[in-house]
Amino acid sequence: MIAFLGKRLLVAVGVTLVITFLTFLLLFVSGDPATALAGAASRAEDVEKIRALYGLDRPILVQYADWLGNALRGDLGQSLFFQLPVVDLLAGRLPVTLTVGALAMGLALAISVPLGIVAAVWRGGVIDRLALVLAVVGQAMPTFWFGLILIVVFGMMVPILPISGADDWRGYVLPVIVLGYYATPAIMRLVRSGMIDALQSDYIRTARANGLLGPTILLNHALRNAIVPLVSLTAVQFGFLLSGSIVVESVFALNGLGRLGWESIIRSDLPTVQAIILVLSGIFILLTTCADILTAWIDPRARVH
Amino acid sequence: MKRIGVLGLCIGVALAVGISGGAQAGKADDTLNVAVSGESATLDNYKIASREGLIIARHLFDNLLYKDLDTNTIVPALATSYRFVDDLTMEFELRQGVKFHNGEAFDADDVVYTINMVTAEDYGTRYRIVVDWIKNAEKIGPYKVRINMAKPYALALEMLAGPLPIYPKDYFESVGASKFGTAPVGTGPYKLIDLTPGTRWILQAFDGHYADSPKGQPAIGKIDVRVLPEANIQYAELLTGKLDWIWRVPPDQAGKLKRSPKIDVLSAPIMRIGYIHFNVNAGTEDIPTRKKEVRQAILHAVDRQGIADAFVGGSAKVVHTACNPAQFGCMQDVAKYDYDPEKAKALLAKAGYPDGFETELLVIAPRPQAEAVAADLAKVGIKVRLNEQQYAAAADKWRAGDAVMIFSNWGSYGIGDMALITSNFFGGGVDDLVQDPQLTEWLNTGDTATDANVREENYARALKTIAENAYWMSMWNFNVNYAISSELNFTPHPDEFARWFKSSWK
Repeated sequence: MIAFLGKRLLVAVGVTLVITFLTFLLLFVSGDPATALAGAASRAEDVEKIRALYGLDRPILVQYADWLGNALRGDLGQSLFFQLPVVDLLAGRLPVTLTVGALAMGLALAISVPLGIVAAVWRGGVIDRLALVLAVVGQAMPTFWFGLILIVVFGMMVPILPISGADDWRGYVLPVIVLGYYATPAIMRLVRSGMIDALQSDYIRTARANGLLGPTILLNHALRNAIVPLVSLTAVQFGFLLSGSIVVESVFALNGLGRLGWESIIRSDLPTVQAIILVLSGIFILLTTCADILTAWIDPRARVH
Repeated sequence: MKRIGVLGLCIGVALAVGISGGAQAGKADDTLNVAVSGESATLDNYKIASREGLIIARHLFDNLLYKDLDTNTIVPALATSYRFVDDLTMEFELRQGVKFHNGEAFDADDVVYTINMVTAEDYGTRYRIVVDWIKNAEKIGPYKVRINMAKPYALALEMLAGPLPIYPKDYFESVGASKFGTAPVGTGPYKLIDLTPGTRWILQAFDGHYADSPKGQPAIGKIDVRVLPEANIQYAELLTGKLDWIWRVPPDQAGKLKRSPKIDVLSAPIMRIGYIHFNVNAGTEDIPTRKKEVRQAILHAVDRQGIADAFVGGSAKVVHTACNPAQFGCMQDVAKYDYDPEKAKALLAKAGYPDGFETELLVIAPRPQAEAVAADLAKVGIKVRLNEQQYAAAADKWRAGDAVMIFSNWGSYGIGDMALITSNFFGGGVDDLVQDPQLTEWLNTGDTATDANVREENYARALKTIAENAYWMSMWNFNVNYAISSELNFTPHPDEFARWFKSSWK
C-alpha cells in the first residue's frame, strides 16, 4: 500500500509540474503578457516599463524556474493585477468555489443515485424514461444557458432568489442547481447500468433464493457493487465541477476561484493563473488519489493490486 | 423513500427562500446601486487600467483643476488660481481649509509630495503620458506650489484637471502605496467605506467635502458599485429595482429596456471612435494596401453610415478625420470618401486588382460590425478573412507589422484633444506603421506648442495628408447607452467619466 501511495505521489508531482509549465507557456503563446497587463490604450513605453518591472523580458524557462523555486518555498508571489499577495486572493476566493462545488456534488448525488436505482429496478418504466429525458437534457444544455433561464424565472418572474453575488446562503441556491444538474446525468446513467448489471448477476439470484428481502438485496448487495465505479466517476466529476464553476461564477457574479482564473487569464496575471492551476490540479490529484483508496476500501478485489 | 426526501428538501428550500424575501434598495435607502462589467484592481488612480476604477477614483480624489465639460472650461478646484510664468513653469495658489477624508489638512506639501512621487520612474504610473511632461514640483509657500515642466506641453492643464489627483502626504507615507490602493483617502465628494478587492466598492458621501468645489456637494448618501460580468444579470436586476445605473448597453438591449416605465435610457456621444488602420509599410512583402488606390477603394466600398445605424445606433455618425470631430484641432476640411462601390471597383482596377484580392482583417471590435465590413468589401471583390484577437495579441501583431488591416477603436483617454489620438497613430511611435517624418513633425509641433493657432495649423496639415493618402479609415463616433432608474437624475458626458457626484434622486 505504501509503495502504491508513493508511486501515486510521484506521478502527481510530475503531472503538476507539466501542467504548471504548460500553462506558463500558453500564457506567453497567447499574447504578450506585458501588453495585456498594460491594458488597452497603453503606449509602447508603458508596455516596456511593465515588461522590465516584472522581469517579463527574461527567457521563459528562467521565469518558470524562478516561479517554481518561489512556489516550492511557499511563496506564490504577488498578483500583477491586484498588487496583492496571491495567497490572500486565493484564500478569499477558494471557499466560494469549494462551497458551490461540494453542494453541487451533493445535490447531484442526492438526485442521481436514487433515480439511477429506481430506473434500473423498473427498467423501461415511466421513471426510467423520465430519467433518460433528464439525462439527455442535462448533457445537452449548456450551463450558462440553464443559468440564464433560472435567472429569468427566479430573478424576474418569481423574484424570490438573488441572482448575483453570495451575500448569504440564498445566493448559492441557483448556482448549485445549475452546476449540480450538470453533473447529474453521467452519475445517474452509471448507477443505472451498474445496478442493472448487478441485479442480473448470480449472487443476487442466490441472495433472492436465500430468501433475503428486496430492499436488503438492493442496498446491501446490488448497490454496493454498483457504486464501485461511481467513486472514481464522482472524483472526476468533482474536478469538472470546479472547472465548470468558471461559467457559473461568471453568470451569477460569484467571487470564486473560477471567475478569478478566467479574468486573470485575460489579464495575463501570471502568478495568479499559476497559483490557481496549482491549487485546482492539486485538488484534482488529491481527489483521484482518495477515490483510488476509497475504491480499494469498498471493493476488496481492488486491494489485491 | 429517498425520492420523498429529495422532494421534501426542495420544498423546504423553496419555502425558506420565499419567507426571507429580497431587500429593496435605490431611492428608498438613498443608495445608488451601480453595476459595471470590468474588474478593477487598485484605487490608486495612477495605476488603474479600467475605466470603472478611474470613475470611482474621481469620486474619491480631487485635482488642482477641474474640467467643466458643460462650459468646456478649466476651472479652479484644489488650486484657486494658476499662471504660466513661462513655457516651462506654472504656479498655483492653493485653496485653504480643505480636509481629506481622514481629517488631514490639505496644503502645498500634499501637492509637491504627490506630483514628485508619481512622476518618478520607479512609482509605476501606468500611463506615462500623464506625467512625462513634468520635471518636478516645488513648494514656494504653505499654499503655493510651482510645477517645472520637462517639455512644453499643450495638454498640461487637461492633465492636471483629469488624471492627476492629489493624495494626502502623511497618510500615504504611513500606509504605503499598496495599502493606499485598497484604503484610499482623498478630498473628493465620496469616501470609500468598504470594498471586496476587484469586485465591489461602497462609497459614502463625504460631509466634509470643501465648499465651492466644482464637483458640488454629493446629493446621494451611498454608492454601491458591483462588478456583474454577465450583462443579462444587469438587465434583470435593473428591471427588478435592485440596480439603478448600468452603462454600455448595446442598442438592441437599450431598445428593450426603454419599454419599462421604471427605466430611462440615455444615449450620449463619447470621444471614442472606431477605425480601420492600413499597413502601408509592411517590409518587402507585396501587400495590396501599400497602394493608395486600394486604400481609397476600401474607403469607398464600406457603407459606414449603414453599419453604424444598424450596429452602433444612437447618434453615431461617420467620421472622416483621424480624430473625433469633438476634439480640439480636429478640423473637418479633409478629403472625404463616400459610399460608392462602383468607384471602389474602378480604383481597384486602376491599382491592378480588377478581380479584387484576398486579405486578412485583424479585429478587436464587435464581431457583427466586422462581418458587415467584410460583406461590403466582398461586394467589390475583396475577400476578407476575419481574425478576431484579444487586445494584447492584436497589438503585438500590428506593431510587428504582421497585419494588413486592423479594425479597432480608440478612446483618447476621454480627453477632447486630438493630440491623444492622431499623434499616437501617426506621430512616429510603435503604432505608427506609416513612419512619415513630415507627419511626425507636424504632429509633434501641434502637441508641444502652447499657441492654439500654431497647434491647429499643424494639425490641419497632418489631417489633410492622412485623409488624402487614405492611411486610415475612421469609422464612426461611439455612443454610450446608459440605462438608469427613472427616479434618478443623471447627466452623461462625452469623456466617459460618470459623475455620480452630480446625480440626485427625483
